[in-house]
Amino acid sequence: MADDLVNVQIDGTWHQFPKGTRMIEACRQAGVEVPHYCYHPKLSSPGNCRMCLVEMGMPPRPKPGEELARDEDGRLPIQWMPRPVIACANTVSENLGIRTESALTKSCREGVMELLLINHPLDCPICDQAGECRLQEFSVEHGTGGSRFREDKVKKPKNVDIGPRVRLDDERCIMCSRCIRFTAEVADDPVLGFTERGSHTTLAVHPGRRLENNYSLNTVDICPVGALTSTDFRFQMRVWFLKETESICTGCGRGCNTEVSSREGSILRQTPRENNEVNSTWMCDQGRLDFHYVNSEARLTQPLLKGSEGHRAVSWEIAVKTLADKLAGFESSKIAIIASARLTNEDLYLVRRLAQQLGVKELDVIARFGEDDGYLVAADRNPNSRGAVLVLGLDSDPGSRISGIRRDIESGKIAALLAIGEDLTSPEGGFSPALLSQLEFLGQIHHTANATADAAVVVLPGATSFEKSGSMVNVTGRLQRLAPVVPLPGEAREDWLILRDLLQALDGGNGAGSSDEVFTLLAHEVSAFEGRTLASISPLGEVLIETGETVPLLEREKGRIAKGEIVG
Amino acid sequence: MALVVRRPQLKWWEKIYLPVIAKGLVITMRHFIRTLTGRTKVTMQYPEEKWNDQLPEHYRGAPALVTDEQDRERCVACQLCEFICPPRAITIIPEEIPSEDKWAKVEKRPLAFNIDMIRCIYCGLCEEVCPEQAIFLRKDYAITGESRAEMVHDKARLYEVGGRRVGLVNKWNDLK
Amino acid sequence: MDFIALAISAVKIVGLVFLVIMPMVAYAVWAERRVSALIQDRVGPNRVGFQGLLQPVADGLKFILKEDFTPKNVRTGYYWLAPALTMVPALLTCAVLPFGSQLFGEPMVIANLNAGPLFIFAIASLSVYGIVLAGWASNSKYPFLGGVRSTSQMISYEISLGLSIIPVLMILGDLNLGRMVQDQSVNGWLMLPLWGDRFSLKGLLLLVPVVISFVVFTVSMFAETNRLPFDLPECETELVAGYHTEYSSMKFALFFLGEYAAMIIGSGLAVTLFFGGWSLPFGWLSWDGKADIPWWQGLIHMATFFGKVVVFILFFIWVRWSLPRFRFDQLMRLGWVFFFEIAVINIILTAGIMMLVK
Repeated sequence: MADDLVNVQIDGTWHQFPKGTRMIEACRQAGVEVPHYCYHPKLSSPGNCRMCLVEMGMPPRPKPGEELARDEDGRLPIQWMPRPVIACANTVSENLGIRTESALTKSCREGVMELLLINHPLDCPICDQAGECRLQEFSVEHGTGGSRFREDKVKKPKNVDIGPRVRLDDERCIMCSRCIRFTAEVADDPVLGFTERGSHTTLAVHPGRRLENNYSLNTVDICPVGALTSTDFRFQMRVWFLKETESICTGCGRGCNTEVSSREGSILRQTPRENNEVNSTWMCDQGRLDFHYVNSEARLTQPLLKGSEGHRAVSWEIAVKTLADKLAGFESSKIAIIASARLTNEDLYLVRRLAQQLGVKELDVIARFGEDDGYLVAADRNPNSRGAVLVLGLDSDPGSRISGIRRDIESGKIAALLAIGEDLTSPEGGFSPALLSQLEFLGQIHHTANATADAAVVVLPGATSFEKSGSMVNVTGRLQRLAPVVPLPGEAREDWLILRDLLQALDGGNGAGSSDEVFTLLAHEVSAFEGRTLASISPLGEVLIETGETVPLLEREKGRIAKGEIVG
Repeated sequence: MALVVRRPQLKWWEKIYLPVIAKGLVITMRHFIRTLTGRTKVTMQYPEEKWNDQLPEHYRGAPALVTDEQDRERCVACQLCEFICPPRAITIIPEEIPSEDKWAKVEKRPLAFNIDMIRCIYCGLCEEVCPEQAIFLRKDYAITGESRAEMVHDKARLYEVGGRRVGLVNKWNDLK
Repeated sequence: MDFIALAISAVKIVGLVFLVIMPMVAYAVWAERRVSALIQDRVGPNRVGFQGLLQPVADGLKFILKEDFTPKNVRTGYYWLAPALTMVPALLTCAVLPFGSQLFGEPMVIANLNAGPLFIFAIASLSVYGIVLAGWASNSKYPFLGGVRSTSQMISYEISLGLSIIPVLMILGDLNLGRMVQDQSVNGWLMLPLWGDRFSLKGLLLLVPVVISFVVFTVSMFAETNRLPFDLPECETELVAGYHTEYSSMKFALFFLGEYAAMIIGSGLAVTLFFGGWSLPFGWLSWDGKADIPWWQGLIHMATFFGKVVVFILFFIWVRWSLPRFRFDQLMRLGWVFFFEIAVINIILTAGIMMLVK
């Protein structure tokens, strides 16, 4: 491999890089950030923003018969080019020199910044991008601080409705074309493009089309300025108030890595986090916006017990005791437990312990299937089906016993049912309220009020995936971590904690004090998890089992990297 | 290098304290008499005498929001004051200006703008940081209330105190 | 003892304590605040009533209305007892003070004891228990330190206090405070021997030990009443508020009032011993205790006594706002190394003068 490495001088020091590395990436690896707008490692490099201009030099071409003098390290002298080059589209070669801080580079950046700001409206006080805006950052770092432009700025359309989830402000656009390339190259829905020329260049959506594909919000992420903003997050909160928590999306089995932004206990947005084994740097709109239910009014905040006059709030002690006493009062063959593949491995492990304690055989999760969209959305819409199979030790496909349980309830074979993290009356659950009313006892642990809870005798308020720590296994068999983003509302508790208390009330207590300890117990019992701890799971997750499944979007990306179209 | 502190060498009559004590008593008695006979000018008697007309131009009293010549609320809810506020007295909930509004081009305005005057320390950083010249510290200093809720100045109250301010930079002019 | 004598005693007790001492305490606080303000070029409380004269009423009302808070970890019984133990001795000592000569044939003293000064010292030394108990029962480090400091300070200064008045007793040759005042009324005050028997070589020579006595007595009195410059038990900079840190409402008020009551009684004692009590200077309207005197003369005597006490209280206040606080080691050094010796030598000096000069 040594043949593939070339020597490159960056700001006076020599480094080695594989041949063909983009200059901008070489600089990044050498610890020098070259400012850029249009360049994105996952997209092609048109080189149209000119922000990444650097000074480049190569060994002079020797006269015929002349031998260039090498210094003591064997390096040839570098002859600097009089004009700068763009670092994003050029690759490194042997004995190449790059200057990122020279007077020429600095004056280039100042010039580019001044030109970019000519028509930029400077409405930072109202712009959502302020605080994470590359134009702001580079203006401070590389700009001159003043403008010599005395004429009127070009007026362009503002607040343009280009799609259901994205708003366009053309005055703020700096024509980097990232969004155009994303829609064309990644989302395969090329609806964006430039119209007009020169100062009047305008980003526009194709006549008669709208930016409404399921990946449209990624354009908001990659837009370096505030031209494209999310309708959902628009004017909700300034980004400098946000607290970022690294977690994963639980919308489907893909388990896209996310960064969840919250302030003072309420979630405001969710953005993708780069993980080249799961979701690259992208995420679907559906999963991204699937957090509003956390702040919903319908959240359960207190343990409820059904009496003659409907549900009333009781203390946790009474609620858990009642649930334990009721369950213990039935023969084990008359009880069924329906858990959820939306629960974490830790929750599911305690469900398994609960089933063992009660001697319950009828144990399953609700299956959810949709269509694989060929990008990121997986056919399995449960985030932890793999984990459920592994942890619960199901001997058949998840969801295959549900119809049997339904029949047994009808025939009266099953008299008591505990639903954990699932609304059984949902379309996937398929239980009718009439069927549930045939049960002698129904208990539920869930985070939000639902029809099953209406029928349940005991309802315990659980946590959403944004409020608990734990782990899940995605469709490709990757073990990933969830982190609590916001505190639980009211008296609601994390599901593992509720299950632990329930186990203790049934005299099957294990004394686990945290989800980490539950994971350790799980690792002792389930061989696939052996030797791992919750804290040891890398922020990017780690492979737990081989499933042979691939991510279509990642496969295409790999192909483009191989062809040299993108850096990756 | 230790620093040697030179203590004064006391005379015998200083060591027995009594003469110096007498001297001290004389000094305090002089002050007593001067104040009693009104020769020393003492504190302003606050509720009866006020210094409103003597307040300097840069006096920092209660913060308030202002409107411009055309009665547009200058604040665009950028929340920089909320960010800079050392005691976190300011809370802003932004909202989008509806498209049928006269000032729809400004796009954003505060839905709620609360300053907790119990927390406010009158530092003036909000005025200094404001990019829209929308918040000013007024000369009002007697901010009182009978409940905590009353001490939270809401948007209406802030505009009432601030009023209209003319002659500022008009960013949202017709060219915009 | 018949009913009439009891009733007269009761009238005297109630009259003295509730009509004179208590209002005096209240207005001593007001005076303290006004005088300190004037010394410091301020105004002081001048809002409630004319010149703030109703301020003590407002203060009292405030103390009563405040939450009476008992902390969780205190020894409740002792904690509640302590404030009373500081207030009661201060009021008890006024029993033997002759606050006037005679009114309608009745001597103006509650208990005409033949061991007045001894009674006062015996009772006054009890007030240290209040402070010790407060410091200990509060179960908190600052009150504890304050209590410990107070104990050592009060015990130390009681010795020089007691020794300092022995020359006075020697010169007057009596332990009955009433007769001591009558003697001074006729024969000249100890501190002003300018008429009667004392206007002689012996009397003037004795002025030297009397002045020394007076200085030691006054300074020790400051220390006994925990007032600046000796207020180390409640020194704010070190001990928050000393022994009464954990007290609030009326319990704190009792400590506060106890301190001022002790100050008034101390002033009364100093006036009685050194400045001829109720008597006017230069033998005007003097009374030797034998024949009855008209009622208006008795009233003048009473007014004289309280006038002198007021002057003394103002002196207390003046000193407080002039001098800085002592360090604790300086305080103990002053008590044990100087005042104790000075008082002892002063006794010998007095005895020498009395023996040698006829």
